[in-house]
Amino acid sequence: MGMTITEKILSEKTGHKVRVGEYILIEVDIALANDITAPLAIDEFYKTGIKKVYNPEQIVLVPDHFVPNKDILSAMQVKKIRKFAKEQNIEKFFELGRMGIEHVLLPEQGIVKSRDIVVGADSHTCTYGALGAFSTGVGSTDIAGVYMMGKAWFKVPEVIDVYIKGNFRKYVSGKDFILKLISILGVSGANYKVLEFRGPGIENISMDSRFTISNMAIEAGGKAGIFPVDDLTIEYERERGIKVEKLTADEDASYMRRIEFDLNELEPQVAFPFLPSNSKGISETEKEKIKIDQIVIGSCTNGRMEDLRAAAMILKGKKISRNVRCIIIPGSQQVYKNAIREGLFDIFVNAECAVSTPTCGPCLGGHMGVLAEGEVALSTTNRNFVGRMGHVKSKVYLSSPVVAAASAIKGYIANPENL
Amino acid sequence: MEIKGKAFVFGDDVNTDEIIPARYLNTSEPKELAKYCMEDARPGFGKRDDLKSNIIVAGENFGCGSSREHAPIAIKAAGISCVIAKSFARIFLRNSINIGLPIIELEEANKINEEDKLRINFDRGEIVNETTKEKFKFQSYPDFMKSIISEGGWINYAKKLIKEENHEKK
Ligand code: SF4
Repeated sequence: MGMTITEKILSEKTGHKVRVGEYILIEVDIALANDITAPLAIDEFYKTGIKKVYNPEQIVLVPDHFVPNKDILSAMQVKKIRKFAKEQNIEKFFELGRMGIEHVLLPEQGIVKSRDIVVGADSHTCTYGALGAFSTGVGSTDIAGVYMMGKAWFKVPEVIDVYIKGNFRKYVSGKDFILKLISILGVSGANYKVLEFRGPGIENISMDSRFTISNMAIEAGGKAGIFPVDDLTIEYERERGIKVEKLTADEDASYMRRIEFDLNELEPQVAFPFLPSNSKGISETEKEKIKIDQIVIGSCTNGRMEDLRAAAMILKGKKISRNVRCIIIPGSQQVYKNAIREGLFDIFVNAECAVSTPTCGPCLGGHMGVLAEGEVALSTTNRNFVGRMGHVKSKVYLSSPVVAAASAIKGYIANPENL
Repeated sequence: MEIKGKAFVFGDDVNTDEIIPARYLNTSEPKELAKYCMEDARPGFGKRDDLKSNIIVAGENFGCGSSREHAPIAIKAAGISCVIAKSFARIFLRNSINIGLPIIELEEANKINEEDKLRINFDRGEIVNETTKEKFKFQSYPDFMKSIISEGGWINYAKKLIKEENHEKK
């Protein structure tokens, strides 16, 4: 019988044909941790008495959540990571000024690539499935294990076949697709399972939209969200000096469930508080005239060039409503630089938006735009749980950058079609 | 490896907040956490004196919610020897194995009743319900997974592997 992409990648690494449900121990290509999770892993590692990490090349450390350090505690966390990186000769430690939000940075810098096995002590590590990598979120103990021996264990997962056809209409993008898919699956509909995307519609989904889609696989409980490696991926990797080959599932691969999706039928989506699965189409949502206090455009979900360009296209020559604040956060230094070069910063600043250095910041209610009691945000991030962006009595709606930008102009959640 | 014990039965979707409520997370001391194990699913559970070597049985999606490692730590420290459920939330499953708490996925978990006496053989992948005389099969762990659990968790196991490798090199 044929194999899914997941089975192919895992079989390649183990050297035998893996079967669903089997537990395997394999060497990982990359082990990622951030300023919240790395300190725990580092403590665990040093407790073992081992002096040197197994392989510094595997290790990536990205302080991004509370960076630039928002307070003394977060400064101490980053200090610990910096010291560890130095002691262990870890080159892939990304200091402020050279950094980005981890899941924007790693693919962009060519640190993760197709067919890699990636673990990260961050649930959105599934982002790199966009490149055709097997990439998943784990706990700090798992990361400490990689520091010790280079390996991590996995249970070979079942796969859900997401068969996509058609093409996005104007103002519709990867974010709308994944919000809709999560509403179909529910927040635990893909627990243990991998979402594999397939079908003729794939070629119409840009790389940046693929990152957005894979990023939110975890919001349906998924272990990973994997795209095939096609011409688009090969080109993306080539630009980074990496040579990869096509990778698709076999025709006769076996899946536990199939979902068919026609992109032509999709309209922009908005996820209502307090679950990412609570989404409604924009035409219905707009009628409710939901007033907002703050807009955030950025994060590991929507902080890439395509996202900033989409927002700029809407904001060009306009000013945002007097009743809202709009914070725009490029996902990495590279995105920041490109956005300046393309003149997007002018557009944003002229529209009276605040533009920040790359950081997770408000996405997890950390800093740089925390919500007060009773405030409502529309954000391009990935989670709208109770209190996610600040006060427990604040609310978060999720959308794509175009909807966010249109809403910034109107002051309520608005359809970009009707600007 | 064989485990014998009686069953404490819980329902579906028991989340990490019920297993160890956030208000007790100001410590990561296992003994302290153990006192509040399953507190919001069954108040007072962690303080019972008959938990040792017994077994928690639950329905679907056990351990959903946050990724806190404190949840399996509290269960293990309370003396529970194994958790059987129809299914586990993914990160809970990982964390349990990593800290050395045996867990078993069993489709027929709902056939087990409160206080049933269970005998679990991990090598054969078999559960015998001595009260109802029923037998269930589960996919037994591969050897390295059994070793992780018997070594008391991933870190200890990894240490052992490294030692063995170094030994071979010599
Ligand atoms: S941007 Fe938000 S979701 Fe992404 S890594 Fe940072 S905190 Fe997590």
